Amino acid sequence: MRRDYLVHGALLAALLVAHFLLPAYHHGVMARVMVLACFAIGYNVLFGYTGLLSLGHALFFAAGMYGAGMPMHLWGTGPGAAFAMGVLAATLVALVVGALALRTAGVAFMIVTLMFAQAGYLALLLASRWTGGDQGIVIAQAQRQLWSIDLSAEGPRYLAALVLFGVCLIASLALMRSRRGRVLIAIRENEERARLLGYDTFAMKLMAVTLSGTFAGVAGAGYGILFGYVGASFATVQYSIYPLLWVLLGGAGTILGPFLGTLFMYYLVDTASDLTSAYLLVVGVVLILLTLFAPGGIGGELRRRLWRAMP
Amino acid sequence: MLQVEGIDVAYGPVPVLRGVSFAVQPGRITCLLGRNGAGKTTTMKAIMGILPLQAGRIMLDGVEVSRLPKHRVAQQGIGYVPQGRRLFADLTVAENLAVGLRTRASGAAVREEVLEIFPRLRERLDQPAQTLSGGEQQMLATARALCIRPKVLLLDEPTEGLQPSMIEAIRQVVVRMRAEGVAVLLVEQRVEAVLSVADDVVFLETGRVVETVPAEALRADPGRLLRRLGV
Repeated sequence: MRRDYLVHGALLAALLVAHFLLPAYHHGVMARVMVLACFAIGYNVLFGYTGLLSLGHALFFAAGMYGAGMPMHLWGTGPGAAFAMGVLAATLVALVVGALALRTAGVAFMIVTLMFAQAGYLALLLASRWTGGDQGIVIAQAQRQLWSIDLSAEGPRYLAALVLFGVCLIASLALMRSRRGRVLIAIRENEERARLLGYDTFAMKLMAVTLSGTFAGVAGAGYGILFGYVGASFATVQYSIYPLLWVLLGGAGTILGPFLGTLFMYYLVDTASDLTSAYLLVVGVVLILLTLFAPGGIGGELRRRLWRAMP
Repeated sequence: MLQVEGIDVAYGPVPVLRGVSFAVQPGRITCLLGRNGAGKTTTMKAIMGILPLQAGRIMLDGVEVSRLPKHRVAQQGIGYVPQGRRLFADLTVAENLAVGLRTRASGAAVREEVLEIFPRLRERLDQPAQTLSGGEQQMLATARALCIRPKVLLLDEPTEGLQPSMIEAIRQVVVRMRAEGVAVLLVEQRVEAVLSVADDVVFLETGRVVETVPAEALRADPGRLLRRLGV
């Protein structure tokens, strides 16, 4: 177990060192990747470990984003309090959506979560007076000051993103190493057996949805505050598909997978779009190849080849 | 004591159990015997709440468990080792046991007790369950059921497909559970295994209990058992 924490701690240390070494462009990209990886970590708790495929996670991301951005925009709330409000909003939305959606299973669960997310997206557009509609909300630089630290500046933004990512990474590792985490895996493997061992699997799955929503809320609130924009485009179905792709590519059911997948996907799109306007074709071909030759994702391959007990 | 009182169970429109009644006493091993399709596994599933009852009820120490949600049945103290083991394949042996240990307070002590019963599992703690041999998987499935400190233990064909040394190990565990006062309900196809451990035998035929006899009577006249099973 100590090795788990050492390896994941080493990744965080490497990212801290990268802060001093990376060129400006990659510095910004890495900050974005780390925040989005928090979203993927949350998705992995639900999909990779509990075995529930949601198509509505954009709702939780957007709840965190708007839950933080709207108080800043409308009432001038500071970033610390706004962040807490965003995370709380996402957690509550996930709790309610989970309580209703978990009455279904399989494909029906996917559809119900998708419908909730679509309803959330339309609600954001309809409530344009407060949400800014499809224009979104720009959070002024002056508002993004935390204890006189300018979160819009490159350095503090990177470090804040690293703190968020570090907390999410270690929290997910601790969760999955706990007894509750193992019960989630047991539910993924065989829900009926878990129930026959005395576990209220509905309550456990609701916990997973809620925690997953909390991680998404951390990412959404963090993204809005650090990058200064809150927009309805983050509530579209695309942002429900992204975390699924990141987790699949990085390795579902591995702690490092969400980060690796987000990083890989971000740079794949970035590099391919530099080379050709048909970059989506290149991305698609690479994804197909990866799926064919590494079905467990990057993390799955690492687990198979290098570290069998990789969490 | 586990009491099965006049239960009817159906798969859709097809009745499988009809008025099945018997009791499993603490500190005794009760064997359910019958030909394929007689309703032995169905009876176990009905006790665990996996299949709904159409009629009748199931009582554990005076509490009706057949009205409880599935997860509450296990919480009442009924451990179930299904046919085919059904382990959590991706989890290690230690993690499978950890999932079995619901209460954290006594978890470490119970785990030690279980590992004392199955010392072989102690050597495999960090190994994924899917990499164990068939016998070791059966041990783990049984150990996991014992983690809940059951008052009643249901074992569905625990020796199926195992080599003789493993069968003997499982037999010893069953006998030990009896000595500790656990009520054991065993479904077993191997006649010699039944005769060597059973205290009571319940014969099922096409979903009905046709005879309940002390195992002693069958040991005195093994032919009676073979005739009943049509072997």
